Amino acid sequence: MTMTKGGSAKPPRSGAGTGAGAGPSSAAAPPKARERRSHVPAAGTEHAAAIERAQREMLHEGASAQSVPADAAAKARATREARARIGADVVCEALIRQGVGVFFSYPGGVILPLYDVLGDYPELRHVLVRHEQGGAHAADGYARATGKVGVCMGTSGPGATNLVTGIGTAQLDSIPIVAITGNVPSALIGKDAFQEIDINGITLPMTKHNYLVRNADDLPRVLAEAFHIARTGRPGPVHVDITKDALQQETAAPHPTEQEVIAGLPGFRPNMDGHYRQLKTAAAEIAAARRPMILAGHGVLHAHAEAELLAFAEKASIPIAWTLLGIGAVDERHPLAYGYMGMHGWKHVNRAIQSADLLFAIGMRFDDRVTGNVRTYAPYARIVHVDIDPAEIGKNVAVEVPIVGDAKRVLKAITPMVEATPLEARQDYLDQLAEWKKDSLASSWHGSGAWRDGLLSADYVVQRIGELTDHEAIYVADVGQNQMWLARYAGFRHPNTHLSSGGLGTMGYSMPAAMGAALGVPEREVWAIAGDGGFQMTLQELMTLVQDHIPVKIALFDNKKLGMIRQWQEIIYAGNYHSAHLLGPDYLKLAEAYGIPATKASTPAEVDEAIRFAQGADGPALVWFEIAGEQNVFPMMPAGKGLSDLIEHWGGPEE
Amino acid sequence: MSDRTAQPAHTAPPPRALPGGGATKLHRLVALVLDKPGVLNRVSSLMRARNFNIDSLAVSHTDQEGLSRMTITLHGDDVAVEQAAKQLYRLIDVLKVQDVTAEPTIQHELALVKVRATDANRAELLKIVELSKGRVVDLTAESVVVEVTGTETEVDAFVALVRTYGIKELVRTGAVVMARGSGSIEEALKR
Repeated sequence: MTMTKGGSAKPPRSGAGTGAGAGPSSAAAPPKARERRSHVPAAGTEHAAAIERAQREMLHEGASAQSVPADAAAKARATREARARIGADVVCEALIRQGVGVFFSYPGGVILPLYDVLGDYPELRHVLVRHEQGGAHAADGYARATGKVGVCMGTSGPGATNLVTGIGTAQLDSIPIVAITGNVPSALIGKDAFQEIDINGITLPMTKHNYLVRNADDLPRVLAEAFHIARTGRPGPVHVDITKDALQQETAAPHPTEQEVIAGLPGFRPNMDGHYRQLKTAAAEIAAARRPMILAGHGVLHAHAEAELLAFAEKASIPIAWTLLGIGAVDERHPLAYGYMGMHGWKHVNRAIQSADLLFAIGMRFDDRVTGNVRTYAPYARIVHVDIDPAEIGKNVAVEVPIVGDAKRVLKAITPMVEATPLEARQDYLDQLAEWKKDSLASSWHGSGAWRDGLLSADYVVQRIGELTDHEAIYVADVGQNQMWLARYAGFRHPNTHLSSGGLGTMGYSMPAAMGAALGVPEREVWAIAGDGGFQMTLQELMTLVQDHIPVKIALFDNKKLGMIRQWQEIIYAGNYHSAHLLGPDYLKLAEAYGIPATKASTPAEVDEAIRFAQGADGPALVWFEIAGEQNVFPMMPAGKGLSDLIEHWGGPEE
Repeated sequence: MSDRTAQPAHTAPPPRALPGGGATKLHRLVALVLDKPGVLNRVSSLMRARNFNIDSLAVSHTDQEGLSRMTITLHGDDVAVEQAAKQLYRLIDVLKVQDVTAEPTIQHELALVKVRATDANRAELLKIVELSKGRVVDLTAESVVVEVTGTETEVDAFVALVRTYGIKELVRTGAVVMARGSGSIEEALKR
């Protein structure tokens, strides 16, 4: 985890202003002009009082590991010691041992044994989500923002299947989470018992590994393995399914050490160091290249290799392009930071890739959204591909130099091997790139031109959110146009401050994931950037934000459309706008009903005030941005086309 | 590759080669896996999800406790099968995967064939079984069950030979494979 500014690691729960009486109704004390448009339960009403009361109770009840009062801890310990240790205790102990301060869960029949002992573990903060999918995304957001393993839980049957979308999201983006579910008593397994589903069979192909535990004695080992597997090598989700009787069974089994865990997993030995000869070959390729480009992916962030990446790029004077999930690998203001690549990436970046003679790809996997048609991808380039997962190399594109290893270690090892190349030695190349960038920034800005009609343009809003937060917040995208606008226009400075469901493209991701990020990194402001489609998929978590006083700022981009669907239908399906039109509620009333301060902005002039209103609110806040209804994200590479076939405008040059 | 390093020209560059695309042939993979519940499911589920079609799959214990061995035969080009092997390696319960297609190996399978036999042709059939190094494992007034082992081709040949008598039932194990020579995949694992 990288903390740059305001980096005092304070416990999630002891933050200023979260004390008694700081409920949403008394929050912010907005000036009159804002008051007019904000809908907050008026102070003194029964509704506001009830919410405040509930919050006070919650805040008192749960606490982070750091802030357990000594007497409460002693009391809890005494309670635990006075009774037998059961499987459910093992789960709690394992979470504490793994440093899990907060986890996201929803109770149900077979996982109740766990809830029965949770009260004896004040070190653990349990967040009661409103839907298990929200819990899985929250664990995912927590993991992405902190770099630690996130944990979510649910009961058997529907509780478990509700987790599946979140587990899939984590799988496609290699996010370390441990999902724990209860299952029916082992004697009932396979009998179609109430709320029984073969969740082990369901998660098997979409996790890094999964377990079914029927005996409490196996729990210490399995849970230790689960965390080890989730975070080691290429990270990923691990699912642990535990039968109800295993949770209830008494056990004395000890927790294994990390060495014992490793010894017990003979089939899991990720290769961390790049092969020396391959590194030498790669260095020779770099020496021979005249138009090299680094393609930085998520693996750089996973490996915390940002400093090593920069040292390498600066020594060899190679510009850096990044994937959607590679955003934050380099500060976008750095002279060698070239931009975001791919389907909705910057034109200059794609153009540079198409003319490069060497791609140094690290921690990325040549996804189809990055390459488009592989046959026409980077036609002049030889490729060095560094990845910790050997299966990613040669999967989507054939490469000249494969290197299997951890991004940090490979960069550390290869940097001394490359020749120091001053920027001047690449002057012509870098000048051309700079010229392309200038062109592309000028022509891509504000793709729809909606701002000219006085309508609100989403890219403008994103830009202002970035600027008014000094680019220091964590920004969590939903999926679709909002996701692409965020990636393009927010301006990123730091690793792990851009969270986005890249692989699975899970609508409804942003708000629950932001919830996890806000609890994991309380020192940063957290913004969820959602379209009205995605927001309506998981908006039930609004109440979790309120109940647990999680200060997520929600930027709701409402064009009353499924914007990306509409864009594809306009450009690819000849304007057949079936189901692109989407109604939504009055979001101010919705926010009011949940007790969340909210405001609305419909013109560019109202944007800054609305953002500041949300920033000023103590706790969660929602800003309803009524954006232009028919705005496209340009450039766009139509599916199946190549990076040279970008559509930059639609409907004439004025667009 | 020389054209790749040249400056972009005005002429269109040649299309980038896709991974794989080579000739499809039969590959034999040997995998050492942990003997745990569900491991067969993991392997077969992975092959299905990654769009590989398994021709045959044989699983058994090895001489080491807790260790099972799979012989997987599948069709594909070299790159695709290499990808299949790499994907198998991602499974936590898989310890070692080796493509032994290009190596000198013994690949045998076993078949049980229930053949129609009458007093009139039984003697003739038994002669064929004897010449084919088959073994009669069950004999009734109307049928003979023959056990035959050998390479896939040898088993095919035997089955073709007795087909004229009428095959009532046939079962084959699929190939198991072992490399010739003193080298050992199990010993390689321990190092």
